[in-house]
Amino acid sequence: MTTSVNEAAVAIRGLKVVFGGVVEAVDGVDLTLERGQAVALIGESGSGKSVTLRAIMRLNPERKTKIGGQILVAGQDVMALSAKGLRALRGRAVAMIFQEPLLALDPVYTVGSQITEAIRQHEKISAADARKRALQLFERVRIPSPERRLDAYPHEMSGGMRQRAMIALALACRPQVLLADEPTTALDATVQIQILLLLRELQAELGLSTIFVTHDLGAAVEVADRIAVMYAGRIVEEGSARDVVLNPHHPYTIGLMRSRADGALSKGTRLKTIPGSPPDLANRPPGCPFAPRCFLAEDRCRVDAPAYVAVEPGHRAACWRTDAAHAAFAGDKARVLEAAV
Amino acid sequence: MSTLTGAVPTDRDRGGPGQPLLTVEGLVKHFPVKKGLGGKKAVVRAVDGVDFGILKGETLGIVGESGCGKSTTARLIMGLIAHDKGDLLFDGERIGSRALPLREFRAQTQMVFQDSYSSLNPRMTIEGSIAFGPQVHGVPKRQAIERARSLLARVGLEPARFAARYPHELSGGQRQRVNIARALALEPRLVVLDEAVSALDKSVEAQVLNLLMDLKQEFNLTYLFISHDLNVVRFICDRVAVMYLGQVVEIGPADTVLANPAHPYTAALLSSMPSMDPDARTQVAPLAGDPPNPIDPPPGCRFHPRCTLVEEVCRSVVPPLDPVDPLHRVACLARQPGSGHSLAPMMTVAA
Repeated sequence: MTTSVNEAAVAIRGLKVVFGGVVEAVDGVDLTLERGQAVALIGESGSGKSVTLRAIMRLNPERKTKIGGQILVAGQDVMALSAKGLRALRGRAVAMIFQEPLLALDPVYTVGSQITEAIRQHEKISAADARKRALQLFERVRIPSPERRLDAYPHEMSGGMRQRAMIALALACRPQVLLADEPTTALDATVQIQILLLLRELQAELGLSTIFVTHDLGAAVEVADRIAVMYAGRIVEEGSARDVVLNPHHPYTIGLMRSRADGALSKGTRLKTIPGSPPDLANRPPGCPFAPRCFLAEDRCRVDAPAYVAVEPGHRAACWRTDAAHAAFAGDKARVLEAAV
Repeated sequence: MSTLTGAVPTDRDRGGPGQPLLTVEGLVKHFPVKKGLGGKKAVVRAVDGVDFGILKGETLGIVGESGCGKSTTARLIMGLIAHDKGDLLFDGERIGSRALPLREFRAQTQMVFQDSYSSLNPRMTIEGSIAFGPQVHGVPKRQAIERARSLLARVGLEPARFAARYPHELSGGQRQRVNIARALALEPRLVVLDEAVSALDKSVEAQVLNLLMDLKQEFNLTYLFISHDLNVVRFICDRVAVMYLGQVVEIGPADTVLANPAHPYTAALLSSMPSMDPDARTQVAPLAGDPPNPIDPPPGCRFHPRCTLVEEVCRSVVPPLDPVDPLHRVACLARQPGSGHSLAPMMTVAA
């Protein structure tokens, strides 16, 4: 294993994931996560964002899945790992937070014993010391009366507290990479913002590299340095959070912004929607997967898949018509400003 | 089909446009639960004294966090569960009374649920599901099927392609369209939408919201729209009621409540929404902790343990839902003259 300081925390090259031999859930994803950075993968259901995330820890069912491409975690090839190497990677180098903590935590063990078990799995440490560390973690994620909560079962905690406990569990072995799969989707609004701020704070303090999967653009903006927008198994646009949100160049990203209810010019006006629905991943159309729903599609979009265009340094979009798309977005913004005057 | 396109038959409109379509008064529902193994009995105060009215032709939104009683309220209105106390009046008539038997009320009120899959019968074609309600209410089969097909076309599902499909053959957005078509098959006057768009992807959600607005116009509907998404509520609702632990804490025009909230809880909900501006991220969470358990609600104002404006008086006095202006009512002592809260406005001489 070679780890140099400037090596990316996670490097994904040409990732392809095929389920059951037919469903191309992920179709050529390239993504680099620099150390200490937070990247948000956003997209709708079936866009391949969670599958990509799971591939990093090889959590997709092995027998039904065909994976192509390369995934390096701190320079280590995840695809080449043995069962033992994989066990050492999971939890130790890379940890994951799931959407539904009640399903992810074991209902018949106390939360504290699940955390100490994880620590002792990876390190030679006494039970008492492991518990001490679990207590520190609980204090860190700000669980009230942590000593008592260590002995609580998952069902005895509220939704927000369970998610904090799961974050504590994920951090138990001091991973460098934290993967979060819709960590706040199941939570109430007032709790969601608390968890988002906690994740942001932990990431900064511990220097974690984070990949954050969500369908909520707002949540992504709150935590991420960079945003990658996925559609039908491909990254269609990627750049800094600022660039993607304020200066989008892909028609799908623009469509997502337009269809938000808060983006409507005034109450009662119709929302601008993206017509149709995502393509069948077992039967991909040729060309750009978004072409059938795109307001800018022309003939070549239906024949040739577009390559990435670097619209600015560090900001890419896979579209033949990035200029036209961006002009349309600038037009939207002008209209909003006009309406506000 | 002529029956589908016209306005509500006038004979169904009893009280005229000024009378609220639905009046909810002092609605209470407590669910008994056992605490621990063989422990003492407790009750979940799911809905604990809720009053509001829905005017004809308006969309009333109910917002709040999980456990605040918004879905229970919807189920009580629909008569899916029996209420313990309180009154439900539909167009001036008590629901279940001789003037408005439950069966007749149900033909005029329909509900769309959050989970589009579990609310459809998996063994029925979607055409059959939509035609089922009208058949139960005495519409001949052929006519009911015809109505189902015209409704499918209306919600954007081509009948020739979709009518014979089963729910599992549709996407989530398509299934929710079927649920909406089914709700409309009885030509209801009130449609209760319980988180009807919450499970949908954003781009599909926008399509369904547009559809709901069109249908409301076309069929003269009144909506009760339950959601936790304030952006959606602001977009679609005329008025909004904010619930907390089984009670309405603020109710008023959506533009007023969501722009100038009078209750500190509404304000906290609004500032909990993630910012969409990368340069102005949220710095401090507006509320700490989770919503408390409705089994043992705090005394006094139920929001006081999490409130930023809390004072001694809030711990003992239950704030009434009083008007701050003619259309806008709020249950907060800090907004009510003479309540004893230091931030309360000066007492004004009653006219």
